Amino acid sequence: MITLLSTWTFGLALALVALGVFVSYRLFSFPDITTDGSFTLGAVVAAGLMVAGHDPVVATLIGMAAGAAAGATTAVIHAFLGVEPLLSGILVSTALASVNLVVLGRSNVPLGKVTTLFDAVERTVGPMLSRAGVDRTLAGELARTGFVLLVVAFVATVLYVFFRTRLGTAMRAGGDTPTMARALGRDTGLLTVGGLAISNALTAAAGSLVAQYQGFADVQMGIGMVVWGMASVFLGNALVGAAGLGTALAAAAAGSVTFRLLVATALRAGLHPDWLKAATAAVVLAALVAPRFLGSRRKP
Amino acid sequence: MLDLDNATVQFQSPGGPVVRAVDGVSLHVPAGQFVVVIGTNGSGKSTLQGAIAGTVRLSSGHIRLAGHDITDWSQHARAGLIGRVFQDPRAGTAGSLTVLENLAVAACRGRFPGFGWATDRRLREEAASRLGRIVPGLEQRLEQSIGSMSGGQRQIVTLLMATWHRPELLLLDEHTAALDPAAADRVVQATAGLIREGRLTALMVTHSLAQAASLGDRLILVHRGRIELDVEGPAKRRLTPDDLADRFDALRRADQLDDAAARTLADLYV
Ligand SMILES: Nc1ncnc2c1ncn2[C@@H]1O[C@H](COP(=O)(O)OP(=O)(O)OP(=O)(O)O)[C@@H](O)[C@H]1O
Ligand SMILES: [Mg+2]
Repeated sequence: MITLLSTWTFGLALALVALGVFVSYRLFSFPDITTDGSFTLGAVVAAGLMVAGHDPVVATLIGMAAGAAAGATTAVIHAFLGVEPLLSGILVSTALASVNLVVLGRSNVPLGKVTTLFDAVERTVGPMLSRAGVDRTLAGELARTGFVLLVVAFVATVLYVFFRTRLGTAMRAGGDTPTMARALGRDTGLLTVGGLAISNALTAAAGSLVAQYQGFADVQMGIGMVVWGMASVFLGNALVGAAGLGTALAAAAAGSVTFRLLVATALRAGLHPDWLKAATAAVVLAALVAPRFLGSRRKP
Repeated sequence: MLDLDNATVQFQSPGGPVVRAVDGVSLHVPAGQFVVVIGTNGSGKSTLQGAIAGTVRLSSGHIRLAGHDITDWSQHARAGLIGRVFQDPRAGTAGSLTVLENLAVAACRGRFPGFGWATDRRLREEAASRLGRIVPGLEQRLEQSIGSMSGGQRQIVTLLMATWHRPELLLLDEHTAALDPAAADRVVQATAGLIREGRLTALMVTHSLAQAASLGDRLILVHRGRIELDVEGPAKRRLTPDDLADRFDALRRADQLDDAAARTLADLYV
C-alpha cells in the first residue's frame, strides 16, 4: 500500500514535468531539452537554500524562478538569436550542468537534516489522520500523496485559467500559428519566452518536489526528463484524449501517473532499473511513430 | 493613407544574382481607396505587401501610413495599423483554437491583451452578430475549432479578424486563390462588402482578371518590381478582363523580346 502510494506521489510530482512539456511541446511545438537541466536546477537551488536554513516554500519558489530563467534563456537564444529550438535547449542544458554542480557544491546533497515541504505537511496533517485511526506510517504517506495531488490540481487549474485569458489565448495562438499571431500584432518571440519560462518553472518545481520527497538532490536527476514528459503527454493523450484545453491538461497529468504505475509494474515484473530510460525512450518513439502506421491523422 | 516613397527591396540569394523584387516604387493611396493589384508570377506583388506589413525589409525608400513613418517599425508594431489576409487559410488562423478564440486574439490586435477572460459574453455576442451578418449560420459554430472548417469559412473568419478593429490598411494577398470558385466568390463578396461598409483603405492582390476588372477604385499592374499600369476613376471602370489579358500578353511579348535581345548581345559579345 505504501509503495503504491509512493508510486502515486512520484507520478504526481512528475506530472508537473508533463504539464511543462505540454506547454513547450504541445502549445509551442518546441522540443525543449532545457527540461532536463531545469529539473535538476529546481532541485539543487531548493536544496541549497533549504540546507542554508531557508523555508522550504521559499526555497521551492526560488527554484521555480531559476527554472523560469533557464527556459527564458533558451527561448531568447532561439527567438532573438536565431538558433534552432533543439540546439538552443542543448546549449542551455549543457551550461546548466555546470551551474547545477556549482550550486550544489558536489554531486549529491542529502536533505535528511532539513525541514522539507513534505516534513511540514506530514507534521501538520499526519497526526490528524492518525487520530482518525489511520496507521502512522500510512498516514504520513497519505499526507504526502494528498499534498502533491493538491499541488498538481492547483497548478493545472492555474494553467487552465491562464491559457484562457486574453494573454494566454494569444500565447496559444502564437505557438500554433506564428504568422497569424504576428499579423495581429503579437511579438511571437516574447510569447515563446513566456511559454518556455512557464514550462521550465513547472519542471523545476517537479525537480524540487522530487528532491524533497526522496530526501536528496543529485546533479544527475534530470536526465531524460524531457522524454519522460513527452511519454506522459502522449500516454495521457491516448488514454483521455485532448479535445479541449482542460482535457489535455488533465490528460498530461494522468499520463504521468499512469506511466509511473506502468514503470513500477515493469520493475516488479523484473525489468532491470538500468533499462528504464531506454524503455521510456521506446514508448515515446512508439507514440511518435504509431499514428503514421495506424493511418490516424491526429498529431502524436 | 499609404505612401510609398521610392521603395526598393533587393534579394541576394547565395551565388545567385541580386533580384530587385520591388524596384523604386512610389505610390500614394488616399484613405478609403480600394486598390486591386495584378501582375505575373514573381512580379513582386507579395514582396510589396510584405514590405508594407514589415515581413520584408526595405533596402531603400520610405513607407508612411496614417501619418506615421513606419519604415523602421517591426512587423508586430505595424500590425496595430494593418489587417492582413493571406493566401493560405491556415496562415491567418490558429487551427487548434476555436473560432471565438481566434476572434478574441484579433480583438486585441495592436494592444496589450491583458489578463481578462478571452471569450467573454460581450465578445461572443458581437462575434455572433458580425459573423452571422457575413455568412448566416456561421455564428452557430463559434465554439468549434477553426481547423475543422473549410478554407472558405476560414478566410471569412480571417477577414473578420483583420477588420475587427478598423485597420488603417487592409492587405489581401490572393486570399481567394486556394478556394473553389463558389467559395472564392463568397469570400470576394464578403471582402468587397466589408471594405465598402468600413470605407477601408485596401490593397488586394489577385490573379483573377475578372475580379481585377470588376472590383476596386483603382488598378495597379506590377511587372518586374515596377508599376507598369495605374488606372483609376472612369478609366478603371471601363477596363474589361480582355483589356487586362491584352496588357499581360503585351508584357510577355516585351519580355520575350528582351530575352531574345539579351541572348543576341550575349552571343555577339561573350
Ligand atoms: N525571400 C526571398 N529570397 C530571395 N528571393 C525572393 C524572396 N522572396 C521573393 N523573392 C523573389 O522576388 C521576386 C518577387 O516575388 P514575389 O513573391 O513578390 O512575387 P509575386 O508577384 O507575389 O508572385 P506570385 O504571383 O507567384 O505570388 C521573385 O523573383 C522571387 O523569386
Ligand atoms: Mg505572391
